[in-house]
Amino acid sequence: MAIDFTPTGADLELKNVRKDFPGFTALEDMDLHIPAGEFFALLGPSGCGKTTTLRIVAGLEEPTAGQVLIGGKDVTASKPHERPVNTVFQSYALFPHMTILENVAFGLRQRKIDEPLKKAMDALNLVELGYAAERRPQQLSGGQQQRVALARALVNRPALLLLDEPLGALDLKLRRQMQIELKAIQMEVGLTFLHVTHDQEEAMDMADTVAVMNKGHIEQMGAPEALYERPKTAFVSKFLGQSNLFVGSIAESNKESLSIEVGGHKITVPKNRAEKHTGKICIGVRPEKTTFHRTAPKLGSDHVVVGPGEIIDIRFTGVSNQYLIAIPNVGDVTVFAQNVGISPVIELGEKVWVSWKVEHSFGLSDLPAGNEDE
Amino acid sequence: MAFAAFGSSPAKEHKSSTKSSKIVLALLLPGLVYLGLFFFTPLMSLVITSLEVPAASYAPGAYEYGFAWENYVEAFTTYLPQILRSFFYATVATVIALLISYPLAYFIGVKLRPRPMLQRLMLVLVIAPFFISFLLRTIAWKQIFSDGGAIMQTVYSLGLMDRSQHFLGTDAAVIFGLTYNFIPFMTLPLFTTLERFDVRLLEAGSDLYASPARVFRKVTLPLSMPGIISGTLLVFIPIAGDYVNAGQNFLGSSKTTMIGNVVEFTFLQNQNYPLASSLSVMLMAVIVALIGLYVRSSGTEDLL
Repeated sequence: MAIDFTPTGADLELKNVRKDFPGFTALEDMDLHIPAGEFFALLGPSGCGKTTTLRIVAGLEEPTAGQVLIGGKDVTASKPHERPVNTVFQSYALFPHMTILENVAFGLRQRKIDEPLKKAMDALNLVELGYAAERRPQQLSGGQQQRVALARALVNRPALLLLDEPLGALDLKLRRQMQIELKAIQMEVGLTFLHVTHDQEEAMDMADTVAVMNKGHIEQMGAPEALYERPKTAFVSKFLGQSNLFVGSIAESNKESLSIEVGGHKITVPKNRAEKHTGKICIGVRPEKTTFHRTAPKLGSDHVVVGPGEIIDIRFTGVSNQYLIAIPNVGDVTVFAQNVGISPVIELGEKVWVSWKVEHSFGLSDLPAGNEDE
Repeated sequence: MAFAAFGSSPAKEHKSSTKSSKIVLALLLPGLVYLGLFFFTPLMSLVITSLEVPAASYAPGAYEYGFAWENYVEAFTTYLPQILRSFFYATVATVIALLISYPLAYFIGVKLRPRPMLQRLMLVLVIAPFFISFLLRTIAWKQIFSDGGAIMQTVYSLGLMDRSQHFLGTDAAVIFGLTYNFIPFMTLPLFTTLERFDVRLLEAGSDLYASPARVFRKVTLPLSMPGIISGTLLVFIPIAGDYVNAGQNFLGSSKTTMIGNVVEFTFLQNQNYPLASSLSVMLMAVIVALIGLYVRSSGTEDLL
């Protein structure tokens, strides 16, 4: 077999990839470029097309249109076993009739690589499961099986490693630990990782670049910090963390900033943080960027102030308290306050004002669902 | 790294109390009594009969207790061709049944999984022939393959066979009948195994550089072994002792006599009970030995 295995990762390119299933379109003309050696996460809710994308890259699904290039080579027509790609499946898909060691050696044996068992053992040691080499998959716990699946893929040194929600079945503590391990292994082996997940924390924690997918297309792509600080669509702002969103027509506009009027309050966003500068727009702010005041605050034009409103819900989450404040004619606003022990003790039903710095506002390119047709 | 923390804990040993073992014994009792009465006793009777000698009166069918192991020598030397033929037929028919049943069972058990209604319909079709008597169906095949039938007439007129030749009474006709009659016993165990086969393993195999043919050999086939073993046993054993298909009233002739026909003939016609019994004991011993070897060499201990 003429599979070209690069010592390190190769880059992946999708060109206008489209996938139609009977009755619906899973992917709409997707363009994607993942540089070699990068840890890339596809993030989205179930049914957004992220797993379909991964299966197309693996060759398990054929695209309706478009091209898949790995390391610059068009592999669109190649069968899965001809691609320099390995997958860690969500179900692990370990072979139940083989020992752990034979499972890991499977890919090496198919490619007739020298010393398959020795290399498989090395890979098992990498995931600290060398002692379980002679066991059967059924005898291992979920976390151990997940690591075997990872070793079985990694041992082949694929140009591209695909991870299909491999941590989905693990409990929270184990998942966090595997995230750290996975990231460490990726740095160590230098392969290109394409990770598919619906867990936004997992994606932001591990990936160099995150692409947020929704309904068969990429909504926004970038470094985790950039995505979080400057979400460009209502979907991203809500899927990646939480956001307070305000919709209104532009009331004021100057060189630096735009303002909309919502329920008698002026909400301002810097122009360089707004996607849209005309008509009806949506401005958002992250709850942890906001603070509340018991008296009407006297703040300059570099702050946005809304209120007064009434506290209708308080949630204690450990590191922070989450307050839900109902402001007449504006809607509900969420405020996160760090639990540092010096924040004002506040009770349900109290009257408060909410403020944040204008520089923390962001303007979206679209409007949240329910506002499109107005 | 703290991976060691996830090492498996030693499996807890299950201690069965005396009380539960008594319950188990009580539950097993009816089965054990049944086996004793209807399997062990007749088997002993068969072994004893196989060693009997003709009675002093020499009346037909009259025998008395003895230890005539020569009965076995006689049975073996006289009927070796029939014994060999039985196992030859059984082997060929089992292999053909497996080759036909495997794709069928795979199709029903794996490919039809998204369509349960069609899956059930296909299963009913596999079992449907059982609704009609085994003898009637075999006689029907005799009609179909008779020299005057449409099939043979076509074969003759196409010049594929000379009119002096016949299909009925040949090895092929008997093997055909055996295969046809026992195929459901192969298909059903294969289906139950393949029905549970995890198709995601196929994707894993092809993802790990195995071509479809190699995935079949390395993944699908080993995981189908329990079905293949039980299917071949369920087909091979009854075929080795079958006496209907090879009978001259059905698809066979004097040239296709199997050990089952010999037992029938010696027992019912000649009333030579010791010889018939020694043939039966021999057949059983050979089958048990073959199965032991087979199950061992196929390495099913891991799968069972």
